[in-house]
Amino acid sequence: MNMLVAENLTAGYGGVDILHSCSFAVGAGEIAVIVGPNGAGKSTAMKAILGMLPLRTGRVTLEGADITGLSPQARVAAGMGFVPQNDNVFPTLTVEENLEMGAFIRRDCYQDTMESVYALFPVLREKRRQPAGELSGGQRQQVAVGRALMTQPKVLILDEPTAGVSPIVMDELFDRIIDIARSGLSILMVEQNARQALAIADRGYVLVQGRNRFTASGETLLADPEVRRSFLGG
Amino acid sequence: MPIRKFAVPSSEAEIPDFLNAIVLLANFVVIPATAYGAQLALGALGVTLVYSVLRFANFAHGDLMAFGTAATILIVWLFQGWGVSLAPLPTAILALPLGMIITCLLALGTDRFVYRFYRHQRSPAIVFVMVSVGVMFIYNALTRFLIGVDDRRFEDGERFIVTVIGFREATGLDQGLALRTSQVLTVIVMVLVTTAVFWFLRSTRTGKSMRAYSDNEDLALLSGINPDRVVLVTWMLAASLATIAGVLYGLDKSFRPFTYFQILLPIFAAAIVGGIGQPFGAVAGGFIIAFSEVALTYAWRGFLTHILPPDLIPAGLVQILSVEYKFAVSFLILVIVLLVRPTGIIRGRVF
Repeated sequence: MNMLVAENLTAGYGGVDILHSCSFAVGAGEIAVIVGPNGAGKSTAMKAILGMLPLRTGRVTLEGADITGLSPQARVAAGMGFVPQNDNVFPTLTVEENLEMGAFIRRDCYQDTMESVYALFPVLREKRRQPAGELSGGQRQQVAVGRALMTQPKVLILDEPTAGVSPIVMDELFDRIIDIARSGLSILMVEQNARQALAIADRGYVLVQGRNRFTASGETLLADPEVRRSFLGG
Repeated sequence: MPIRKFAVPSSEAEIPDFLNAIVLLANFVVIPATAYGAQLALGALGVTLVYSVLRFANFAHGDLMAFGTAATILIVWLFQGWGVSLAPLPTAILALPLGMIITCLLALGTDRFVYRFYRHQRSPAIVFVMVSVGVMFIYNALTRFLIGVDDRRFEDGERFIVTVIGFREATGLDQGLALRTSQVLTVIVMVLVTTAVFWFLRSTRTGKSMRAYSDNEDLALLSGINPDRVVLVTWMLAASLATIAGVLYGLDKSFRPFTYFQILLPIFAAAIVGGIGQPFGAVAGGFIIAFSEVALTYAWRGFLTHILPPDLIPAGLVQILSVEYKFAVSFLILVIVLLVRPTGIIRGRVF
């Protein structure tokens, strides 16, 4: 069953459409990756799915329920976790306070969730009293993912989680993302590092000029000679 | 042959002289500057909170202090008419909570009908600053309508804890020392209030959400933090701090609406010196400005007379600036800080 489905999204800025009838879906516990060249509309697709952009056509459903009309905040409350690409932590708040703010909408006890975030990213437990702004890029990215996990979302949406981190940190982050998916969460991410991202993807979407160009499993896309030639550098 | 009075200072004569110097310094520099510093600190804390959460320098803060003080004075008069008092403490302490509530209502009303419009327009900070200048004039007029332009003294109860004569009699020193109730009250209230504000920002859910909103507005919205609530709490804190600072300043000196417009400069200087947007910095900045202002406008001759050998006692007053120029001190410090360390002592944010 698909956890998150976005169908026929057409959207853009002002009068100009950037996305043309794009569709994406993530199954429960799956990893879906959107890749594509610069300017393909990856970020726009993400904004459209999150409700940060008015849609001209199309709809978004979460667990079968239509959420097309909801604001981004309401979508978070409905079960979408989002990790923005930039400015994704509260720099002067400590790591622990960042996680607490992630759980702001929860009225129940969130200690268990915090424990599971610390179990996933042990370094955050060590640094929990440190301001997030003083951490390294990779650690900050872990805080950002941890913050989004605090609402116990059904789907985690990541906007280029490995932008600007070293290859070693990138591998580690991808490993953690696989761990998160194995725990039953669905993951949808936009990635610049197409080859590595497709390698862990259950579904891959190659976006070109705002249209779905190739849609298949990550493995199939990596094996496809045309995809390799045009997007993965051979 | 004339007898020189200080020709052979015995060690017995030296010690009281040294004590006299310390008492003189305490009486004319340390005590007044500490009280004034505490008042500036409370004012600067309000400015810095508005700056860090609402992201603009609120020029109306001085006149918000004036309004809060005027409202409190009216309630003091009402209480005095009823014969209600808190003797030996000033009645103003009893009236203060009511004055704070009235000032909160004014600040929230202003936000509802003025600032909210610009917030929804997502206006740049400079627009907010200009709007706050307009609000400043309105508050100013409102205060004058309410209570007039005259100097008002509203300090009642026991005025002194230590009087000059009492101190001289008790210690036998030449120099006297006065400690006023308002000065002690200022420092105690300031310590309690700043501790409470720091605790609130550091440890409560609402306080943390205010810091989160100040850090990263978009992410705060995405985390489900309600911006209207953050703004509401910020204005309530700012208005309460303004009223407390204004009433303490008025008790210590006197209340005249125009003075409150003038102390906006040292308050801004304190907030910037401390690192704008940093609550702890604002408090530190308040004391730095106050001590600099008092020390630079104090005539040091009396102090030097006590500690220097007679041949070295200067003829002049040894006053670096005359008291009329006290605001120049804030300006000077402001300019130096902006040139040398624009982020302030505790690295503040410059948006």
